[in-house]
Amino acid sequence: MTGAEPKVTLDLALEAGLTADEYDRILSRLGREPTYAELGLFSALWSEHCAYKHSRVFLSRLPQSGPHVLQGPGENAGAIDIGDGWAVVFKIESHNHPSFIEPFQGAATGVGGILRDIFTMGARPIAILDSLRFGELDEPKVRELVTGVVSGISWYGNCFGCPTVGGEIAFAPEYAGNPLVNVMCVGLVRADQIFRARAEGPGNPVFYVGNKTGRDGIHGATMASATFDEHAEERRPTVQVGDPFTEKLLLEACLEVMRTGAVIGIQDMGAAGLACCTSEMPARSGTGMDVELSRVPQRETGMTPYEILLSESQERMLLVAARGREEEVRGVFAKWELDAVEIGRVTDGGELTARLRGEIVARVPVDLLAEAPKYRKPTAEPSWLAEHRAFDPLSLPEPGDYGAALVQLLRSPTIASKEWAFRQYDQQVGINTLVLPGSDAAVLRVKGTRRALAVSTDGNGRQVFLDPRQGAAMAVCEAARNVSCSGGEPRGVTDCLNFGSPERPEILWQFAEAIEGIALACRALDLPVVGGNVSFYNETSGRAILPTPVIGVVGVLDDAGRRATQWFKGAGHRVALLGPDQVSLGGSEYLWARWGRLAGALAPLDLETERRVQAAVRAAVSAGLVTAAHDCSEGGAAVALAEGCVTGRELVGCVAALTADARADLALFGEGPSRAVVTVEAARAREFEALMAESAIPWRWIGTTGGERLVIRIGTRILVDVDTAQLEQAWRTGFERHVA
Amino acid sequence: MRFGVVVFPGTWSDCDFHYVVSEVLHQPVRYVWHRERELRELDCVILPGGFSYGDYLRAGAVAGRSPVVEALRDFVAGGGLVLGSCNGFQILCEAGLLPGVLTRNECLQYRCQSSHLVVENVDTPFTRGLRPGQVLTMPISHGEGKYYADAETLARLKQHNLIVFRYAEADGRITKQSNPNGSLDNIAGVVNPEGTVLGMMPHPERASEAAMGGTDGLLMFQSLLGSLVEDGSFLKR
Repeated sequence: MTGAEPKVTLDLALEAGLTADEYDRILSRLGREPTYAELGLFSALWSEHCAYKHSRVFLSRLPQSGPHVLQGPGENAGAIDIGDGWAVVFKIESHNHPSFIEPFQGAATGVGGILRDIFTMGARPIAILDSLRFGELDEPKVRELVTGVVSGISWYGNCFGCPTVGGEIAFAPEYAGNPLVNVMCVGLVRADQIFRARAEGPGNPVFYVGNKTGRDGIHGATMASATFDEHAEERRPTVQVGDPFTEKLLLEACLEVMRTGAVIGIQDMGAAGLACCTSEMPARSGTGMDVELSRVPQRETGMTPYEILLSESQERMLLVAARGREEEVRGVFAKWELDAVEIGRVTDGGELTARLRGEIVARVPVDLLAEAPKYRKPTAEPSWLAEHRAFDPLSLPEPGDYGAALVQLLRSPTIASKEWAFRQYDQQVGINTLVLPGSDAAVLRVKGTRRALAVSTDGNGRQVFLDPRQGAAMAVCEAARNVSCSGGEPRGVTDCLNFGSPERPEILWQFAEAIEGIALACRALDLPVVGGNVSFYNETSGRAILPTPVIGVVGVLDDAGRRATQWFKGAGHRVALLGPDQVSLGGSEYLWARWGRLAGALAPLDLETERRVQAAVRAAVSAGLVTAAHDCSEGGAAVALAEGCVTGRELVGCVAALTADARADLALFGEGPSRAVVTVEAARAREFEALMAESAIPWRWIGTTGGERLVIRIGTRILVDVDTAQLEQAWRTGFERHVA
Repeated sequence: MRFGVVVFPGTWSDCDFHYVVSEVLHQPVRYVWHRERELRELDCVILPGGFSYGDYLRAGAVAGRSPVVEALRDFVAGGGLVLGSCNGFQILCEAGLLPGVLTRNECLQYRCQSSHLVVENVDTPFTRGLRPGQVLTMPISHGEGKYYADAETLARLKQHNLIVFRYAEADGRITKQSNPNGSLDNIAGVVNPEGTVLGMMPHPERASEAAMGGTDGLLMFQSLLGSLVEDGSFLKR
């Protein structure tokens, strides 16, 4: 054992983020004190970030299988069969902590990490979606984070050559000290050519491929497993630095080497780097690994075994090849001018052995590393929640000028156009993007087939804050509804669960309830959760973010030509509102934008109605009956109509009548699940009515498109009568004016 | 017409051009690796978009000195056609095969958006099927697309009618607002005096199918095919 490194004690273990119990467990399994390098392995692999210690017991509640599932959770990414021999591989992941400390590189390497998760499966990435949350834009620090994160995503994704096609950006003060950067990636692979992170066949060579190893990102996983205080920025050295060019070469080299048939298994060196790959890959296959660390390509001198094992340098993979085919592997990587160095072998016996110039520096059973303790910590409903929910938004005064209230909502940065961000992203490389960012879901064709994919992410922290179970279920419904409105049948889910510290019972309660809600919605909509990510400890100085599960949904259109977008296409189309009438101002964007209040109860969710509404929208889109379809969510019916008027290439007016049992602000701006606005050419209204009758859902005609104004009335009272150009101006500048 | 699509480390529009040439135009096409020097069997070489060598130096600077670009000089001298789009245009300028230089966008940000181009020169194989003053719509996607040339070069470009495309409004008016990157004189594409080497920042391959939102890019490819006369040579100026 190496003598140059500190002697391991309980104190050192505590400093490394382990608990006393965990350290005891290590001592008893090893029968000795761990070496310093071994302590590093446990510190990283037993961190919350890698091991899901606090979340695993809850995550098992999620439905993870289904007829189309080719790969569920537990691999680099999930995979779903989409027909014609193709599979879609997708996953969402967070890079929240690094992005707060260093927004540009934090976000960039977030993109890099998820891209690798997709192409290690053998899939070519075809789309990126970013779900971002920030504090309020009047704070200079927040504006700096927004511009840094957006330019980091732009830099990495554009250089790599994968289009960014969707996602959302929302703002709330709770994210000021903990922005969320969740990145989803979608890739395509032949269904019978999916690669997995396995280390099978003792004697097979283990290759290190890609970028060289430096000291960047050491302890990244540990950093992501703790809350921040006022010294957060001192942690900048734990943030990795990205190199999208090398990633692009790694993509092409990996896909090419996979085609040779010489690859047994492959895994991205993400969190906890080499340590993670050399233990997880053999643990999945019941094997071990013996690696020589001095052979690892390094770009700094004098790196210790601890540093080599735990570096989170980017753009690296560990690859197990078939013995005897080493030259084919080397040849492909040489062509792409990347390192491919044989650093060891797969072994029998279930141990990871790491050596430095022959001397053993770590020898640990891989199952011990891969199976961190699981905890079921106490949960408790927050004492303040009932009071928040009891608030009646209708106790606030009604707006005097509804037109002005609508304009104010369209100017709200959460609702306003995000074109400022999206025009910095390449949206089309790969020539698959049939529906660009700006509609409910992006739609991408699958070349060589008639099919297309519809993809969307969604998550509303306010709703989850007020009702974690229903709010999380609504996030699943909304992401799926976005896909349905585009004409896609939702096939699978990936979730990124962003929460505060699980060591606090009320946070863990939010988490457990949210999981329950996701599980309920996924079961009702027949959606398996095939992968995802948990991000805990999103809090600074004891203040947690809004609980924010972000849901990514991938759907399939059997006919790429039968798709819909959200904007109105011309005059004289009839406008229908599908779904139930029950809405609420509780947790609404209106209540926040106008009154700065986050309170009230959510409108009820009926999952059977949700399922039927989505099926009805899809049927109407695939029958070619609708000219526009738009999910009705933040800002309620009035905002959905206004978005129909202003988000297309041309402004289209609309005259609509809503009904109200209570106050008009509730009817206009109230939010509720299972609702969508669609337009239908007048000549096809009868056909549409017949289809809706078959669908057995609540719906009604509410108006007609045309003219230059959006007019909304209730009964004979005209509430909104605003020029579409004025609406567009508010929507177009509401976000951009803060950052341009 | 036999096309070659050059692949540098970091190129990403290669597959898109390949797809359009083979699946839309139904013409023979092969990838050309950046180390290759043998181009003689090709009629048209395409330098696609991307970030060759990461563009960590100046965009196109390293690729402009690669073996395949050295071979392009003989290919061009022999009458071969070269189309450089996006990074390809940057590489052609860096290699000195076209005049001028492409610098960081004036807004200092990457721009991916639809753009309108007014056709200034229809006397090239790439544009002979178009009308002077015709407005084409196709996307741009770049961070370094601001065209610059010194006054003497600009005068020469104008005198010899070497400016092929300029950024414009939908109705063809040249305005500051329609200039997405601050290019000198709204220049979006230029050609060599022989008319055989065209460089442009926009992406014709992204506007070659109705499903992708437009087919104005296809008009350029159709011009090219129409330029090929029966003996396999091209209609020259």
